[in-house]
Amino acid sequence: MTPVLETRALTKSFGAQKVLNGVDLAVAPGESLVVIGQSGTGKSVLLKCILGLESPDAGQVLWQGQPLNAARRPAFLDGFGMLFQGAALFDSLTVWQNVAFRLRRSHGDRRAREIAIEKLARVGLGPEVADLHPAALSGGMAKRAGLARAIAADPKVIFFDEPTTGLDPIRAARINALIRDIVTETGASAITITHDMTTVRSVGDRVAMLAEGRVWWQGDVSAMDAATEPHLYNFIRGIWQA
Amino acid sequence: MTLTAPVSGLGRLALAALRGIGRIALFAARGLFAVPDPREFLRQLVQIGWLSLPVVGLTALFTGAALALQMYSGGERFAAGDVMPAVVAIGMARELGPVLGGLMVAARVASSIAAEIGTMRVTEQIDALVTLSANPIHHLVTPRIWAAILAVPMLVGVGDVIGIMGGWIVGTQSLGFTSAAYINGSWSFLESWDVISGLLKGAVFGLIVALSGCWFGMNAGRGAAGVGRATKYAVVVAAVGIFAANFVLTGLFFA
Repeated sequence: MTPVLETRALTKSFGAQKVLNGVDLAVAPGESLVVIGQSGTGKSVLLKCILGLESPDAGQVLWQGQPLNAARRPAFLDGFGMLFQGAALFDSLTVWQNVAFRLRRSHGDRRAREIAIEKLARVGLGPEVADLHPAALSGGMAKRAGLARAIAADPKVIFFDEPTTGLDPIRAARINALIRDIVTETGASAITITHDMTTVRSVGDRVAMLAEGRVWWQGDVSAMDAATEPHLYNFIRGIWQA
Repeated sequence: MTLTAPVSGLGRLALAALRGIGRIALFAARGLFAVPDPREFLRQLVQIGWLSLPVVGLTALFTGAALALQMYSGGERFAAGDVMPAVVAIGMARELGPVLGGLMVAARVASSIAAEIGTMRVTEQIDALVTLSANPIHHLVTPRIWAAILAVPMLVGVGDVIGIMGGWIVGTQSLGFTSAAYINGSWSFLESWDVISGLLKGAVFGLIVALSGCWFGMNAGRGAAGVGRATKYAVVVAAVGIFAANFVLTGLFFA
């Protein structure tokens, strides 16, 4: 089966620092891939290269088997959603306007607001939140509103960047459960970037270990604990090695 | 160190400066030649135009009043105190209205644009725009640039009237002018080009203010310090840009 998204030998440096050094990854349709790794190992840069926010120095990003170039990127983004680490809600807009940001152009304000309130309900936020500004939300509520925005246009591909960072364990568990349910329900392909092992086990079908700019191990989440690859082994168990 | 090192250093600097100018010119062109989002454009028109009115109005009022005092006392040295209303009107319309108005807008608007866009940059809101199929330049830069190009001349026009009013208050209340004599004195020497040139300057200053705020905001460094630096540079560059552009435009219009 052709992967929905694939990176081939992706390389990216900032000055003398090589952040990505030949990253090969693939996500199958409907699959939830979790990319793990220590802070500063290039996980977010990998997402930015896929999205075109950073230009890779070498290598390729493929979408549905074809290069994801500037000409094809708008079509890709039309079926794409992303939950950012800090939610990245637009401060100047209300919550419903954030959620319906893309929909307002195609559906008009009235219908877009209705859909936004449906999506907010899906992530456990009531209609009373719709007219608040992001500054009035707690961290967990902002994450959920960000999640509602990510799924508002029923995307085929969803990225989750550190979805539980900054949340207490209970709220983190709620977000993880929501992500898993949404990915299963919608059949979307998902890439989650995290260093939270609870998230890995909750939302992932497959896991890839990124260290020193490349993937050292990838496989099913169920096989992760038995793996002996040193980077993964140490990461799972929190063993520090200089 | 070889003898050619200073020359090659200068060359590198020149090339870097040209690259920077080229990048800013491309940024400006991409911001200018796009259709602004109507909602955002109206929001910016209110932010830049309407909300700057008090500060520009007060600046113009006090400037006009001070100019009237200066011109009257200076003019009296050679028995030309009577031309004070005309000097105030021409001075406000040609020079002080646009420059001081532009500077006040630079202080208020360039800083606010740079801080807002810079914060959006560091909190990934600009990346979020891209993932939502919105072009950040078209969404953030175009409405601000066009709103400023339109709003600043309006502010300059209002500032001109308020500045002349400031002179009129001083002239009629403490310098012995009658209201009719002051108004006649103001209008009789004022030409339409005096006003139009000031408004054109205002449009250019508006472009400089918005461009500076957007450029430094979009290129803000990480964290609060990065946003702080972006804000500072936006105001400084906008203010210096206004003075430089004023000199060039005055040369073009009146030399």
